[in-house]
Amino acid sequence: MRTIFALAGVVIKELYRRKDFYVLFILTIVICVIMASVNIFNDNQIVRYLKELCLLLIWVSSLVIAITTTARQIPAEREQRTLLPLLAKPLTRTQLILGKFLGCWLACGLVLICFYAFFGALAASREHAWPLLSYFQAAILHWMALGVVIAMTLLGSLVFAAPSSNSTICFVVVATILCVGRYLDAVALSLHEPLRSVIYAIYYAIPHVEIPFEMRNLIVHDWPLIGWKFIGLDILYLLAYVAIFLVAACLVFRRKPVN
Amino acid sequence: MNPARTLWLLLVALFVFSFGLAAKLQPQFQSLESTRRQSANFFSLLLGDSSKIFANAFFVKADAYYHSGYYPTIFDNNSAFQTPHIAEDTGAVASHNQGAEDIGFMGPPRDWIDAFGRNFIPNRHTHLDEGGPTDDLSKSSQVREILPWLKLSAELDPENIQTYLVTTFWLRTRLDKVSEAEQVLREGLRNNPGNPQLFFELGQIYDENYHDIARARNIWEAALRSWAREEPDVPQSDRLKMTLENFDDRFMFEQLQTSLALLEEKSGNTAAAIARWQQAILAAPSTADMQQHIEDLKHKLAEQPSPASSK
Repeated sequence: MRTIFALAGVVIKELYRRKDFYVLFILTIVICVIMASVNIFNDNQIVRYLKELCLLLIWVSSLVIAITTTARQIPAEREQRTLLPLLAKPLTRTQLILGKFLGCWLACGLVLICFYAFFGALAASREHAWPLLSYFQAAILHWMALGVVIAMTLLGSLVFAAPSSNSTICFVVVATILCVGRYLDAVALSLHEPLRSVIYAIYYAIPHVEIPFEMRNLIVHDWPLIGWKFIGLDILYLLAYVAIFLVAACLVFRRKPVN
Repeated sequence: MNPARTLWLLLVALFVFSFGLAAKLQPQFQSLESTRRQSANFFSLLLGDSSKIFANAFFVKADAYYHSGYYPTIFDNNSAFQTPHIAEDTGAVASHNQGAEDIGFMGPPRDWIDAFGRNFIPNRHTHLDEGGPTDDLSKSSQVREILPWLKLSAELDPENIQTYLVTTFWLRTRLDKVSEAEQVLREGLRNNPGNPQLFFELGQIYDENYHDIARARNIWEAALRSWAREEPDVPQSDRLKMTLENFDDRFMFEQLQTSLALLEEKSGNTAAAIARWQQAILAAPSTADMQQHIEDLKHKLAEQPSPASSK
């Protein structure tokens, strides 16, 4: 376990050495501040459009950070020829995968803390309220969804040849799930066999990361808290997909030549 | 030839050519500007006619905010949302909505993922001016949250009268921002000069909020003149025929004449009020109440001492 954490620590250090997070964070702040400065009929209590924009930017930024950071982990080790020395140490391939995953996931968690702190401050500046539990629910499910994305990207980095192709494919897949994942069953109902069964199979197979994504509406429009039972179930559902992708990644990596 | 002199001559020639070209093109650009009033608008320049599609999308977005995010997508049954409720509630547009709003557009859950996912999205029909998701009527001023999208929609499609009317309604009646509502209408009139609907709303502000009867009368009379100018070749009787096609025309005429009649009654000009009511009858679908009211006014006028007898 210590080895996995040591490896994760290296990945986290890599994140704060790189400029991706700073650029995206500052860009989010600048866009939100500019939008907040717009005068809308001399009413400075209007806030929901800002909350929606800010949450959307947080989701986009976190996905960019998660996918780009994860996609280059193993290919970079291979390119720099550090993979073989790394595996020569008392470190199994499974530990390497888990370490890389944990590092990326924890790094994304830290990123989310910064982003949601800014979001809370922005909302409180207009609403004068701190619905911290709602924000916690949103952030925790967001982090779990990023876990699925990271595990999927890690698997992709072992399957696809280049980090760029892996990143692109992951972006397309995640964006498609976020946009239409929830409605695939409705689409399937309007189709004839065998396409209907194919779409249904996809619907049940994909990780529904759009559930935390669509939860933004509850935060934006100040809906009451979601029951903790449902939060717990969704966490378990997303963790199951994390486990599936990680097991698949370990199996693929076990048979992959290091050089 | 001296090269410096050649350059100078070339420079002069270029200057003369550019001046001539500018003189030739300027009238053409002016006529182009007058036909495309909105070209000064940044969005119209950037997006062209597609800006209207975005404007409509943002108008619908405002309606989604009015429902606190509980809104159908293209995959849902949206028969109860054909006409945005923010517009329907103003009375400015005819409703095309079918079915009860409260039953819900989602229907029964299709499967366990759908049923589970519904715990993470807005799942109840509410209106912001009725308290929104908390049903707290003291929070009805939260309807202000629709304003950014309406403002953006008006910027993108400055020729859409409905956007100005809806924005004005919420600003004036629910948020008590009369001055801002007036500004919206004036902006609308700048983009759509002489529009009778915008004039009518402006007159209402002067009548109901500023209590400036004289100015309200002037504005409504100007609205009637604009209404007549809209189709100068069509006789008034044709425009007021009871057909579905000219519903908007009739509705506007009736509203203006009725408002002017009430204004005259308020001012004590009973004879003028009777004349206005008689005009309003021409466009009204049911006239019995109006006819009765005219009779009452005639009695009242008859009972009034004439100026000669009072002397």
